[in-house]
Amino acid sequence: MLSNNVYIIGAGETKYGELWDKSLRNLAVEAGLKAIENAGIYSKDIDAIYGANGLAGTINEQENIGALIADFSGLSNEGIPSIRVEASTASGGAALREAYLSIKSGEYNVVVVGGVEKMTDIHGSDIIEKMSSILDREWEAFYGATPAAMAAIIARKYMHDFNVEKEALAMVPVNDHLNASKNLNAQYHNKLTLKQAMDAIPVAEPLNLMDCSPVSDGAAAVVLASEEYMKRNKKEGIKIIGSAIAQDYLSVGSRDSIYTLKSTKLAAEKAFRRANVKRDDISFVELHDSFSIYALLELEDLGFVEKGKAKELVYDEIKTGGRIPVNPSGGLKAKGDPYGAVGVGQVVEAYLQLNEKAGERQIKNAKYALLHNMAGTGTSSVIHILEGY
Amino acid sequence: MSGIVSYGSYIPVYRIKPEEIARIWGDEPEKMRDNLFIFSKSVPSPDEDVATISVEAARNALSRCDINPQDIGAIYVGSESHPYAVKPTGTIVAASIGMPLQYFAADYEFACKAGTAGMQNVKAMVDSNYIKYGIAIGADTSQGAPGDALEYTASAGGTAVIIGKEKVIVEINHTLSVSTDTPDFWRREGEPYPKHGERFTGEPGYFKHIIAAGKAMMEKMDTKPSDYDYAVFHQPNGKFPMRAAKMLGFTEEQYKTGLLTPYIGNTYSGSTMTGLSAILDEAKPGDKILAVSFGSGAGSDAFDMTVTDEMKKYKRDRAPTIKKMIEKIMYIDYGTYSKFRKIIITGDSVE
Amino acid sequence: MTELSRIWRETEYRYNLIGYKCKNCNRTYFPPRDICPYCHRESIGKMEKFKLSGNGEITSYSIVHESSSAFKRQVPYVMALIKLNEGPVITAQIVDCDPDNVEIGKKVHMAFRKIREDGTNGIIEYGYKFKLA
Repeated sequence: MLSNNVYIIGAGETKYGELWDKSLRNLAVEAGLKAIENAGIYSKDIDAIYGANGLAGTINEQENIGALIADFSGLSNEGIPSIRVEASTASGGAALREAYLSIKSGEYNVVVVGGVEKMTDIHGSDIIEKMSSILDREWEAFYGATPAAMAAIIARKYMHDFNVEKEALAMVPVNDHLNASKNLNAQYHNKLTLKQAMDAIPVAEPLNLMDCSPVSDGAAAVVLASEEYMKRNKKEGIKIIGSAIAQDYLSVGSRDSIYTLKSTKLAAEKAFRRANVKRDDISFVELHDSFSIYALLELEDLGFVEKGKAKELVYDEIKTGGRIPVNPSGGLKAKGDPYGAVGVGQVVEAYLQLNEKAGERQIKNAKYALLHNMAGTGTSSVIHILEGY
Repeated sequence: MSGIVSYGSYIPVYRIKPEEIARIWGDEPEKMRDNLFIFSKSVPSPDEDVATISVEAARNALSRCDINPQDIGAIYVGSESHPYAVKPTGTIVAASIGMPLQYFAADYEFACKAGTAGMQNVKAMVDSNYIKYGIAIGADTSQGAPGDALEYTASAGGTAVIIGKEKVIVEINHTLSVSTDTPDFWRREGEPYPKHGERFTGEPGYFKHIIAAGKAMMEKMDTKPSDYDYAVFHQPNGKFPMRAAKMLGFTEEQYKTGLLTPYIGNTYSGSTMTGLSAILDEAKPGDKILAVSFGSGAGSDAFDMTVTDEMKKYKRDRAPTIKKMIEKIMYIDYGTYSKFRKIIITGDSVE
Repeated sequence: MTELSRIWRETEYRYNLIGYKCKNCNRTYFPPRDICPYCHRESIGKMEKFKLSGNGEITSYSIVHESSSAFKRQVPYVMALIKLNEGPVITAQIVDCDPDNVEIGKKVHMAFRKIREDGTNGIIEYGYKFKLA
């Protein structure tokens, strides 16, 4: 009998950034086609589509994203099922997991997972209001909280309790920008000095502009296939060996510890157990660092270092070649942060890395990738562990 | 006899100095300060209005006594800057202090004397046993057109008094009003700023009514100025109330406690009542108080009051005193003032 | 236009800081919730309204420089998590202070303020903010 392993057989993404001439549907279709072509499959092979999107209803006033994606990918005649998965900024990871489960269940053999976000059509204080809907609208955002403000509140308490200097946070964007300078699809290609990262204009103190991911457009897609499909087509591929998702309270204030990402901790435990690998086996991680502070908390709650000790990793160990390389793609700060696309884009990076096709930013002997996609202030975390072949 | 059973005030923390306003409009800073006898005026922050000021004042009044808000049967908020032209301020306050479903309510407007008119109404309702307790509030975030003389004084603040018959700290021995049709100061519906008759607001407006009401009260009560420990008059600037006091025969000793305009400006509907609040912060049992408000248009409400022994047991320290509100302040410049008061024309990026 | 019923529904909680208490375990919650996350179904029908004192201390805070249009006039403003004396931690602004004077652990108490307003002709939404005690 065949195992029910799930493989990644193709990946594609758009450039991330301010893509003025691209619409929501343009982006989705572009990434989807790239992934399908890359996988070498045809529309008749596709059993289902899972489309990840965070805020199209709010930003683009477009719901019914599943139908939109299928229609403009030219798949409506075939009636291929296509649904949207929404888990805020973790929509991408959540869609990947739903697709993974659909294959695990034996129902499907080939599933396309897409993620898309078109954010730059609105700007300034309007986009801040819309992005703040990922918080508790009635009891956080209503009172003036923004995603940056909540991250900053967490950061201040963390720095206060563990005696961490702001500089440790600034190392995160420095690392992201260095890596993104080698990624053509990244939103930013400029390197960032520590001084530049420290001196940027304040957004929500203690966080400044360089601690915060940008507003981005972008899309990413991957193709998942069953063991059966792989055998039938005599293919090899990247294997998803661990997949987990966990939740936390919607409001930061409701949590026992504001700097413990419980959803990350719980999902990490499950994913590592399922994958049967150790922290030391991980070749690199893609972290959801929408705000620099989150990278530090995530390194801790994923179990790479004790709580309060991430400062020991961020100066050297997160670099390519370090103990635990972080965000070879450039991460959310420099590759970009198109909400619904992020989690799928992380898979695209892992797909390149594990296939040794990441070019200049290739991590040597990459074997295991850990992808961490998080919603809002840590309300959901989705973790996938991938194995190269 | 009915009277005040509790009181509380609220004055925003922000202040602007007349020198700063004069700097912008090319007036002579020291002369404006000295002519108006004003050192600073209070400015509401952008998230404050008559409803928020009234709620804070009412909550301060409630925290000083043990009245169950469910026993308050009426609320009247007097102001000339209610947040809504149509939709009462009183119900917002009632909801914020936990009043019951059954209560009398209306918002009042009579220029700067709408708050004291509310006091008269509440007292009448208590006296006639319609209600056990009633609350009257005078509050304003008054409008003074940029560049107009009013801009130096038009400020923000308010005071709430709860009137009843039990545990009365200040008996209201008598109240009366004088009113005439005088076009000294007005604001037409929909207009952002009031207009006024400059020097015409003085003799035929302010002085005529204050003096008439003050004299009528002393005649009625058969009192003379020296019978009172304190006197407080409406305070459009620092000078008018001092002159009115002298015309009626009162001394500085009697009016200085209640004279707040030099520090907070003219709080319009809050003016006389907040002056009274400052007096009650220090008054002792047996003290007699004369209060005379003035509202343009025009009229004056006079109150003859006596502090009772109940004041000894009254928990004044459960809410901040006027003195504290005058001390704990933050100065702002004209730019910030313009931003706060929405004088600057903004685009879509600002609400 | 702002949704009127949506505002009106939350009025008593926002004006008066009314939370809920689980009569099964005595934990206090704000904002209101229908089910106690510790007692689960045991709490059904046992969640009762509970008026919070409005006194608490600052757990942590941020000085916000980039805001939505509703708060632009107040920038930079202090957004904080406040641990209320009764237990719940709530998210609110701290007003009437120099942001430099705000510190973790400082005592605060509730104030009544405008939170948002729908232009010059729409509805005004009021609620709690906090001040340094």
